[in-house]
Amino acid sequence: MKILVCIKQVPDMESKFKVDAAGTWYDNADLAWRMNEYDEYAVEQAVQLKEQAGEGDITVLSIGPDKVKEAMKKALAMGCDRGVHVSDDAVSSKEPYQIASIIAAFAGDKGFDVIFTGLQSQDRGSGQVGVLVGELLGLPSVTTVVDFNMEGDSVTAKRELEGGIRAVVKVATPALFTCQLGLNTPRYPTLPNIMKAKKKELLTIPVADLLDVDPRQQTAALFFPEKKGGGLVLEGEVGDLADQLVQILKEKTTVLS
Amino acid sequence: MKALLVAEYRDGQLLGSYQELIGFARQLGADCSMFLVGSGSALPAFEGTLYLADAAQVGDYNPDVHKQLLLSVIEQEQPDYIVFLHSSYGWDLAPRVACSLKASQISEVVEIKDGTMVVPVCNAKLRRQVTPNTQVTVLTLQAGAFGLAEPPTGSPEVKEVSTDAVGPITFTGYEAAEAGGVDLSKSEVIVSAGRGVGKPENVSIIEDLASALGGDYGASRPVVDSEWVEHNRQVGTTGQTVAPKLYVACGISGAIQHLAGMKKSEFIVAVNTDKDAPIGEVADVLVVADLKQFIPALTEKIKGG
Repeated sequence: MKILVCIKQVPDMESKFKVDAAGTWYDNADLAWRMNEYDEYAVEQAVQLKEQAGEGDITVLSIGPDKVKEAMKKALAMGCDRGVHVSDDAVSSKEPYQIASIIAAFAGDKGFDVIFTGLQSQDRGSGQVGVLVGELLGLPSVTTVVDFNMEGDSVTAKRELEGGIRAVVKVATPALFTCQLGLNTPRYPTLPNIMKAKKKELLTIPVADLLDVDPRQQTAALFFPEKKGGGLVLEGEVGDLADQLVQILKEKTTVLS
Repeated sequence: MKALLVAEYRDGQLLGSYQELIGFARQLGADCSMFLVGSGSALPAFEGTLYLADAAQVGDYNPDVHKQLLLSVIEQEQPDYIVFLHSSYGWDLAPRVACSLKASQISEVVEIKDGTMVVPVCNAKLRRQVTPNTQVTVLTLQAGAFGLAEPPTGSPEVKEVSTDAVGPITFTGYEAAEAGGVDLSKSEVIVSAGRGVGKPENVSIIEDLASALGGDYGASRPVVDSEWVEHNRQVGTTGQTVAPKLYVACGISGAIQHLAGMKKSEFIVAVNTDKDAPIGEVADVLVVADLKQFIPALTEKIKGG
């Protein structure tokens, strides 16, 4: 069984963001980077699928500058077998259709049985790439997956709908799945597996070899939202803060009376 | 300018979110028509053409069938915009339609600014103004971003549509949300734990404050996904919607799905180490502190009277 899992490296969302010089994306300097949270579930599901099947070969793919190899190494240490790094220093200016086209161009003749992606990225958050890859490859895609079970070439997946309701669907492979939070519990790579991952194949392909389409949209501007409301911000020593808050709760609410 | 609005229907019900689509179209100044796989006995209130496929005949959501129906309506209607909600339905269907039309898709629109769409970036810490390069644009709207002051009125002119398309994905049934046990909607005080609690042992800090305030404790999605708190205490889109007298959000960054479940609370206190966390947008008071130190100190003061 051939499995592809697509991952993205994103900044830690608690970072202090700045707008870049062009005014169209965040400044990449001074950020801590990690694997997109949704993609961790995708990697874990790929590894679990291989473990359950007792066989399989997992390719992890990521697009971006050299530093995305850090996220790929984590995926390899979690259990992916090989990495494909699509080298692109300008990845942040690529829109979802271009990203999907790059992945589809790579995957087109590889015969993957199962493809996993995250539901969305934490930074751009378009939620489009997985479905677009499926459409471009002519494969069925199942989104917002919170439960995955494969028997033979048939997958039963649960899709998360609003209000915690789940829709149960069946599909035959080859197929693509976009992973929602809570699908599984992503493992932490162990030290021996981190060491082993260093010896795994990590192929680099220049993005120009795979990208053959023009962007369908562009970013006109990136900016900070206007602060609405104007809630009170309290900072200082913990004991003082607790006193201040108790006073506020006494004045503004009835819960302490 | 023409907009085709894609309303939603699930398990025998027309979803009220169709009103947000109309609110958006009015702001955009577009003429609108609507598409619905639903029922003639639950029609949206709206003046215009409604392309209606019968859910009883079409069956529950099947992406390929809905895509084919929608493409045939688009062919007739020739809209400039095709507008979905940024919901599980829109998430799934919009990119399929955009791909077939070779159209640009702009996801999770929160605002129209100078005629162009604005979307959130990085957990709503930033905003992005996006311009399409294509004639036709597919949009998904953030839930709650475009409301109407008054519910819409009128009755649509119904045009029935049908298809014999089938797809490779088979729907086999719905699974209900885990049965409750804790009904947070009745609580006057809710103290909720977010990812900032750090580890499961720290949930007791949150429980202690809730108990000192005579309330209940809840949690955000990541804490429930990590199984530190049971699902029947989850606040947000996929959990419960609450509006207590006091809501204390501890270590919760404020993803839109969480905000949607608690922003109507009468008084909101947020405790977070990140001063820029989006929870600050809805909080009456933001305490910038480590909850592991601050919450026990607060609990002591409250117990001490």
